[in-house]
Amino acid sequence: MKFGIVVFPGSNCDHDCYHAARHVFNQEAEYVWHKETSLKGFDCIILPGGFSYGDYLRTGAIARFSPIMNEVVSYAKKGGLVMGICNGFQILAEAGLLPGVLMRNKSLKFICKNIHLRVENNRTLFTKAYQKNQALTIPIAHADGNYFADADTIKKLEDNDRIVFRYSTADGKITDDVNPNGSVNNIAGIINESGNVFGTMPHPERVVESILGGEDGRGVFDSITN
Amino acid sequence: MKAKVYITLKKGVLDPQGKAVANALESMGYNEVKGLRIGKFIEIELDSASKKDAEKRLKEMCEKLLANTVVEDYRVEIE
Repeated sequence: MKFGIVVFPGSNCDHDCYHAARHVFNQEAEYVWHKETSLKGFDCIILPGGFSYGDYLRTGAIARFSPIMNEVVSYAKKGGLVMGICNGFQILAEAGLLPGVLMRNKSLKFICKNIHLRVENNRTLFTKAYQKNQALTIPIAHADGNYFADADTIKKLEDNDRIVFRYSTADGKITDDVNPNGSVNNIAGIINESGNVFGTMPHPERVVESILGGEDGRGVFDSITN
Repeated sequence: MKAKVYITLKKGVLDPQGKAVANALESMGYNEVKGLRIGKFIEIELDSASKKDAEKRLKEMCEKLLANTVVEDYRVEIE
């Protein structure tokens, strides 16, 4: 399987994604500079974390107009797998490939720490290696992860099982206390209607080796590659 | 031509930054502050053929890039 990892000016988790795909999961992987205009030959596109364009104006707002994004949109419309992690999720939301928007954390703080998640939907191409309701420990690192969408959109996401990850306690309980950023309904990751575009604020690529502090992110790569 | 673009959060959208600033003002003794919302102000220099043309193009700019209409409203003034 060949991963394409898009590099925007200001991306800083591109190497982590490359390392996970190439060295931990032994897949092919290539960086794709944001000025490129083709995604030919790739089986999965990752929009990595970082601070594309310095988060100017709004997170992801300018990156969404990078030349490669036209191609990412048409790749996604044709059913290609696209995963946005953190800033990548913000870019997908700005590009309209995922609904809603990631706003400033309720606490106004940049939060970088391990948090717990519950796998809400394990019937996706990105999470099928997990058990339903499995609790995971995965780090977040963001100032703008506060997921917001209007009530109709949230209802649609809830009704169609499109909320993939929710912030939870270590044993998988969903409470307000463990919501790190103020996201509506503790939403941490969602998927599009056709199931091929996935956005997650937590960073699975950072926890794929025990030497780096955990392996709970492996399931995402196991799901994509199997 | 010069345009001023005001971008504000929609009603009902939480503004933690505005709340923090309001709290700060209150703690400084400005007890009359009853609400505060933070937005963005953008000045744009334009070389447009007409005011009408500028209006049309500015609307596009706001919808496409300057505002995220999921959570933000915008208002444009042309001088």
